[in-house]
Amino acid sequence: MLDAAVAFGRVLRGAGLRVGTDRLVEFARAIEEMDPSRRDDVYWSGRITLTSRPEDIEVYDRAFELFWETGGGAKARPRPKVSLSVPQPDRSVMPPKKTVEKNESGEEAVRLRYSPVEVLRRKDFALYSPEEFAELQRLLADLRLSGALRRSRRLEPAPRGRNDPRRTLRGAMRTGGEAVRHRFRKARVQPRRVVLLCDVSGSMAPYSRALLRFLHASVVAGGRLEAFSIGTRLTRITRELTTRDPDRALRQTAGAVQDISGGTRLGDAIKEFVDRWGQRGMARGAVVVIFSDGWDRGDVSVLAEQMQRLGRLAYRIVWVNPLKASPGYKPLAGGMAAALPHVDVFLSGHNFESLEELARAVAAATERGG
Amino acid sequence: MNNASGERRGALPSGVSHFGEMGVRLREHDYLADEGLSTAIFLSLKLGRPLFLEGEAGVGKTEVAKVLSRILDTPLIRLQCYEGIDVYQAVYEWDYARQLLHIRAAEAFGGEDRERVERDLYDREFLVSRPLLQALEHRGPMPPVLLIDEVDRSDDEFEAFLLEILSDFAVTIPELGTIMAERPPVAILTSNRTREVHDALKRRCLYHYIEHPSFEREVEIVRLRVPDAEENLARQVAAATEKMRTMDLYKPPGVAETLDWTEALVALGARELDEQIVEATLGSVLKYREDQQRAANAGLAALVSGVGGAGRDA
Repeated sequence: MLDAAVAFGRVLRGAGLRVGTDRLVEFARAIEEMDPSRRDDVYWSGRITLTSRPEDIEVYDRAFELFWETGGGAKARPRPKVSLSVPQPDRSVMPPKKTVEKNESGEEAVRLRYSPVEVLRRKDFALYSPEEFAELQRLLADLRLSGALRRSRRLEPAPRGRNDPRRTLRGAMRTGGEAVRHRFRKARVQPRRVVLLCDVSGSMAPYSRALLRFLHASVVAGGRLEAFSIGTRLTRITRELTTRDPDRALRQTAGAVQDISGGTRLGDAIKEFVDRWGQRGMARGAVVVIFSDGWDRGDVSVLAEQMQRLGRLAYRIVWVNPLKASPGYKPLAGGMAAALPHVDVFLSGHNFESLEELARAVAAATERGG
Repeated sequence: MNNASGERRGALPSGVSHFGEMGVRLREHDYLADEGLSTAIFLSLKLGRPLFLEGEAGVGKTEVAKVLSRILDTPLIRLQCYEGIDVYQAVYEWDYARQLLHIRAAEAFGGEDRERVERDLYDREFLVSRPLLQALEHRGPMPPVLLIDEVDRSDDEFEAFLLEILSDFAVTIPELGTIMAERPPVAILTSNRTREVHDALKRRCLYHYIEHPSFEREVEIVRLRVPDAEENLARQVAAATEKMRTMDLYKPPGVAETLDWTEALVALGARELDEQIVEATLGSVLKYREDQQRAANAGLAALVSGVGGAGRDA
């Protein structure tokens, strides 16, 4: 039984589930309590011991179907050949190959193999060469996205505040039971959660690539961050961004996002976010950063309604739109115009300097209607 | 310690040796579980593992712990998590006022031996036990049911601490020593997913995601829990809530809302749904103004007329 469990575990791992040996042992133990010849018994034992999130269940179902129904249950197949991995789009967060080649043959890019830092800081991400992206990584190392402060309900020792009987008593022991000095605690201050909704449609690719790197640096540094990609659908990418190696993290993110360079249905995606995550608590009191050019292929009234909903939950909404940097841009296009009334801070985010500005805005996020 | 450790872990009710029997037992206590949930509960008791339950609000996660405590005839100890919850609210706290009094008394009556006073000060009698300690200290034929409700509302620090407790079922109080459970409590953790709970904690647990029930099951649940509701009304209510769940609402009604609604209808003496009574009682099932609006726009008559079970029941 354990052999079969291990082989099944390998299939699940290939499909992207985090299945450790401890879980597999648990699975084998569970099956022993059930009827291993009954399909449903095996299905439920596996699902209960091997999955840990609703998203896992779909993956599990597919893997179960394939593995046990091709005879994996009866006798273990050591090498399951079926590939179940989430379809990996070959277009990744990296700019499409074409663009890179054009950049390399283009006169500018070849000469500008390495720009001085000051130039780089102001250069539009869309004009970056691969080398410059590598350099950007270094710059980002010093920049962190961290939410505005709020009072936590957790208490910590403080010179003034609420009485802290525990520490007061400890002190009293030293003075023969007389509480000579009273000790206090007060609520700790904590950064708010930052939630990023990142548009990954085609036109946004170079910018979202830079932004994701930025985000990755902040996630690794241990910030309270959540990240989602929005396109034709909403995908949570926080987990993918926790990998330490940024390139690997970005590849994984690209793997997780199935709709890179599709079209964007902004309103629907934001609605999905508020429905599934935001309203339950993720957006409550958080600084929400939306990174998008505001082109909505869906119904604009949906976007307006959902932005209003999000505004009621979030502490502040920051909208980052790279188009804002282009001369003469006015946020009049359908989506952007509909969203703007609910946005607290409106930024460009097209180069490194504006990312610094974003970091400041998120940390402060005090001015309404900025 | 004379028992084999394997026997000490499990806490199955007597006479249950198969998940099907677990399902029957749950039903006897007015809880209708499908095969998946019965299996999850069965395995959790059999293997002595905490059970981590997720699902939409109102699908009956908390109810699982309550019904288990009735089946096992053992106390239910509930820890409601919230942001900022810490060890002193979850495990134990010293009774400072009494401790101070004790010091004063010792002084007044000439207790010179300072060390002894200090030792007495941290005696068990000055310790106030909170839910987790209560669960570990429980002595009885059956371990208690420990409900750790809405884990997702607590923070990382507390989660790490829970992980420790759920691994060893023991807690160390510096002044007193380690307190260990005689038998691990039956632990049920619930989460509404406002935040992803850490993998390490989930790995300690068996996991089950509770879905909304099928139409027929929901009718059964209503009949079981609101016995005063007539069959016809129960079917209409279940059909209407099922329809609401497909309506793209901010907060689709869970089983809890279905039951609330039925109770409200029964209290008003309704024997079947009609437009007026739906309008009058809509607030017990839809709790956002926008949702009520949406239901009204779709036409309350449509909610009343339909027959449920569309494609959800085999």
